[in-house]
This record gives sequence, structure tokens and C-alpha cells, in this order.
Amino acid sequence: MHSPVVTTSTGRDLRLDLFRGLALWLIFLDHIPSNVVSWITIRNYGFSDAAEMFIFISGYTAAFVYGRAMHERGFVVSGARILKRAWQIYVAHIFLFAIYMAEISYVATSFENPLYAEEMNILDFLKQPDQTIIQALLLKFKPANMDVLPLYIVLLILFPPILWLLQRAPTLALLGSAAVYVLAWRFNFNLPAYPEGVWYFNPFAWQLLFVFGAWCALGGAERLGPFLRWRLTTAVALAYIAFAAVIALTWYLPFLGRFVHLPVWLDDLIYPIDKTNLDVLRFAHFLALAAVTVRFLPRTSPLLTSWALYPAILCGQYSLEIFCLGIFLAFAGHFVMVEVSGAIWMQVLVSALGILIMIGTAALIMWYKTVEGRGSTTRPKSANADLAGGEA
Amino acid sequence: MRLFPAAVLAALVLAQDAAAAERPRCGVPDYLLFGDNQLKRVSSAVVKQKRLRISVVGTGSSALAGPDGPPSAYPARLEAVLTQRLPGVMVSVVTLLRTRLTAEDFAKGMDKMVADEQPDLVIWQTGTIDAIRRVDPDTFKAALEEGVERLHKGNADVILMNMQYSPRTESMFAVTPYADVMRVVAQHYESPLFDRLGIMRHWSETGAFDLYAAGRDNVLAQRVHDCIARAIAALVINAGRLQAGQ
Repeated sequence: MHSPVVTTSTGRDLRLDLFRGLALWLIFLDHIPSNVVSWITIRNYGFSDAAEMFIFISGYTAAFVYGRAMHERGFVVSGARILKRAWQIYVAHIFLFAIYMAEISYVATSFENPLYAEEMNILDFLKQPDQTIIQALLLKFKPANMDVLPLYIVLLILFPPILWLLQRAPTLALLGSAAVYVLAWRFNFNLPAYPEGVWYFNPFAWQLLFVFGAWCALGGAERLGPFLRWRLTTAVALAYIAFAAVIALTWYLPFLGRFVHLPVWLDDLIYPIDKTNLDVLRFAHFLALAAVTVRFLPRTSPLLTSWALYPAILCGQYSLEIFCLGIFLAFAGHFVMVEVSGAIWMQVLVSALGILIMIGTAALIMWYKTVEGRGSTTRPKSANADLAGGEA
Repeated sequence: MRLFPAAVLAALVLAQDAAAAERPRCGVPDYLLFGDNQLKRVSSAVVKQKRLRISVVGTGSSALAGPDGPPSAYPARLEAVLTQRLPGVMVSVVTLLRTRLTAEDFAKGMDKMVADEQPDLVIWQTGTIDAIRRVDPDTFKAALEEGVERLHKGNADVILMNMQYSPRTESMFAVTPYADVMRVVAQHYESPLFDRLGIMRHWSETGAFDLYAAGRDNVLAQRVHDCIARAIAALVINAGRLQAGQ
């Protein structure tokens, strides 16, 4: 095993890898239904969840990697690389879709229970594969839990001009992004989905988080620095996190509702907390978490190079592969729980094993890249950039 | 001969055990079942008119297939349980089921339903089809609001009933956002929510039922429906502040 300092030489902020790795684990745990281990994930203790972390950090790293490329090689080359990345993610998404279809088809032919005749309507789309598969290729038909990658694809496709503007007029770019967010709320626009409805993650709303991440990467973080060091900022952030935790706990522990009575006006004000359109409460909650994290875990913290955190950092550095693997493992884990046992020991086992497989796979990918990097003399630089830049 | 009393005792204990096994063990903790929202129309119908007319409006999961399906599905069981627990009250439960309809489809028909049936209480079971088709949660919410408003205008109390807990299809479609919307709408209109999702999950977790089971097991489905009916009856009695027997 190599020492965990692969990337510090490039000046990369390991906190990004750490939290993206953690986000990938949390997304995996949350995607296994009826999993007792998912009680540890942050969605139970506040408004935002791992999706916010993932999209923000993805925006940050995309700007970090492709921003440098745009600086050195120009708009066309870096734009082409961004689109290539979008294509890779598209292929990965379709691969996951194939696995999903396999699972559904298996259940369709092997499961009969008169209690759940209605739920089996989910299998209707197997009767019209022509429609379903074409709509999936168009990213309009997206099975449950497969919404993040399509969002990511759209965000990357739109990213070259945004990055261009961010490098020239960062404030303007950020304001533009906020304006699109407000307009999406005001006029309720979103991309259409199949068979009906709209995208679960509205790209016009979620782009705000992605662009904000990119803005932070291109100097925004330094500009926010003094503000984040204020005691008042930290106090407000902590208070909001505590408030969100109390509210969120009442959803999952209904008996708490006995003790926590919100006035009706506050109830009406905060509900519903809209994930599709990245509710302001969610966005604010993410900002509060980020502010507190930045305050208490400085970039130079020795913790970040410790062995204990290395597995998460490693997963964060190969995020696309590990994200897809996590989605697959969540399917597979649920399948095992249904077929073998759904007992608590099995939930714990599936969760732990899944994370170990994610870590092992990330280590394996790193090994491949190292081997290929050594073997290839023609383009060592780009191989290196891929690794150092991590996955955007 | 000395063994005789012991044998009798053992037989009695066994018989009692058998009776307990016959009766489904499907208790529901109060916090999952009861809330603060009252059913005022139900109270006055029962107290003043000694009658309770209930309409169950919903989709496929309110029915059971087969020849013995209708009498063992929860609406018919609810009528039986309430009749038993509310002596002297004329209880009737009619079902208006349409498979594959979304909440929006149902909301449009509520006026006619109220005019035809004149129910004191409408149990609106919904959400499954909306979740499967991934209807926009905003559209779903608007449809629920429209439907509940029409029912209230028609002078009927409403209980919203969410989806079944279905562990096998859990990873295939996400019901939680729709269940959340239903909770919000129920709270907004001060109507009780029958949290079928949470209650069935509770049964699964406590081992009352093996909801993972595959196969054409009608017995399991019938027991679950019977337990659902008992839980709804308890909710109606609690939220209607009714005097009831066991």
C-alpha cells in the first residue's frame, strides 16, 4: 500500500476527497432500504444530506481540475475534456440501468404475493421495453436512486461556459447561477421525466450548489475566509444545525412530536422541504455544515493524513467508479436481504461489507492507475492529471 | 390420577396459547396510530344518528383477489370490527376502488362520490400509483389538497391512508417523498393520517408478519388486512372520541 500522500504535492485539499468519500458511503447506506445502519447518516439529523455534499464537492473539483486546464490549454481543449467526462458518466449511468433492469426482471418472474399485487405495477414497463429503454437513454426514465448521475451529466454539459465566466467575472457567474435558481423556483421549470413528472433533482435548482462549489474553488473560499472565522458565523451555523436536527428527528421518531410542538406559522413556513428544487432550508443547512467543518477541520489538519481517514479519502478520489459501485452494491445488498434474511445482523453485515468493497475497489483502481502511469511514457502528464485532479 | 390436574392445566395452557396464536399479534404503538386530529363528523353521526357511513376510496392495495378476497380485505373487515365495537350503531363501509389511478384522477371524482354516497367518513388510500409513476410531488400535493377540500365541502371527515410497506419493491420505487407529502397535507387539514407504511414496517420489524415472504400465500395477506382493519377501527374510535367496546 502506498503512503496516503499521493495528492498533497499538488496542493489538493484533502478535505474534499474525505467528505466526498464519506458522502459516497452515506449514499450507499441510504440507498439500502430498511437498513438500520442508515440511522447514522446525516439525513436523519438535518435538512440536507449526502447529495448536497456530493454535488458541491463535484463542482469544486470540476473547477479545480478543468479550471487549470482552461487556463493552460484554452476553452476548446478543456471544454472537450469536460464533455468527455460527461460522456463517461453517461455510459456509467446506462450500465447501472442495465443492472437495475436485470434485478427488476428477476423479481418480476420470481415473486408472487397477493398482498403486493398493486406494487407489482412497477413491472409494467417491462411490457414496453421499446419505450422504457429509449426513454432511459434519453435520461427521461430514471429508476429510483438513479437520479444523481443524470444531474451530474447535465451540470457538466453546461459547465464549460460557466467555468469560462467564473474565471473572468466570478461574482457575476455566481449571481447568474442564483438568478437561474430563483427563476426555477418562481416559474417552476424543470426537465421532463418519463412516464410523467419532472426530474427528481431539478438541474436548474441544483446547479446553484455546483456553481457555488466551483466559485469556492476559484478563489471564493479565500474571500469567504474572514467571514467564516467570525465567532458569530459559527454560532449561527451551530444554532441552525441544532434546530434542523430537532425538526428532522421528529420525522423519524414520531413520538418526539409529543414534546416538540411547532407553531402553525412555522410549520407552514418550513414545510414542505423540497429536495427536488433544493429547498433554501436544505441549501442553508449545507452551508452551515460546511462553515462549521471548515472552522474545525483546517486544511492542514494532521488528521487528514492519518491512516484512519485514508480509506474515505481514497474512495473520494475515485468518486465516479465508487459512486456507481455503491449504487450497485445497494441493489445487491437489498437483494441479499430479501432473499436470505433481512435481520439486523444482515443489515449490519451488508453495510460493512459494502463499504469494505468500496475501499478495496478504490485501492485497486489506484493500483491500476499507478501501473498504467508507469507503463505509459507517451502521456504521463495526463494520467497524472487524472489522478491528481481526482475525478471531477 | 395425580397426573390428571397437571394434564388439564397443560391442556388449558396449550389451548390458550393456540387461541393467542389464532388472534394475530399485530398491536400498534399509540404514537404510530393516534394523533390530535379529530373526526367531528363521525362523532356527531354516531352520537346523534346512531349510524356511521364510511367510504373507502383507493386503488388495488385496498382489495384482495380471489373468491374470498372481498370479504377478507380490510374494508369489509373494518365494517365487521366497527359493528362489533360500536353496538347499536349502523356501520356501513362501501369501497370505491379503481386500479392504477393517481391521486389527481381521484381528486376529480370526489364531488360525485360525496353526492352519491353521502359518507360521514372517507378513507382515502393513495400514493402507491403516484410513487410508481413518479408523479411530481407538487402535483401529488395539489391533488390531495383538492380532494380533501372537496370532501370537507361535502361535509365528510377524511382519513388519509398511505402506501403499504413492501420490502421487496423498496429499492425499485421510492415511496417516502409521497408519504411525507401525505403527512403534511393531513396535518394542514387537521385530518388523521393512517400511516399504513409505518405500521406495516413496525409489524415487519417486530416479527408480527414476514412481509418478505414470496408465494401465493393468501393467509398472510388476509391476516395483514384484518390487522389493518383493526388498527383503522381503533383510529376511528380514538379520533371520533367514541365510546366503544373491545
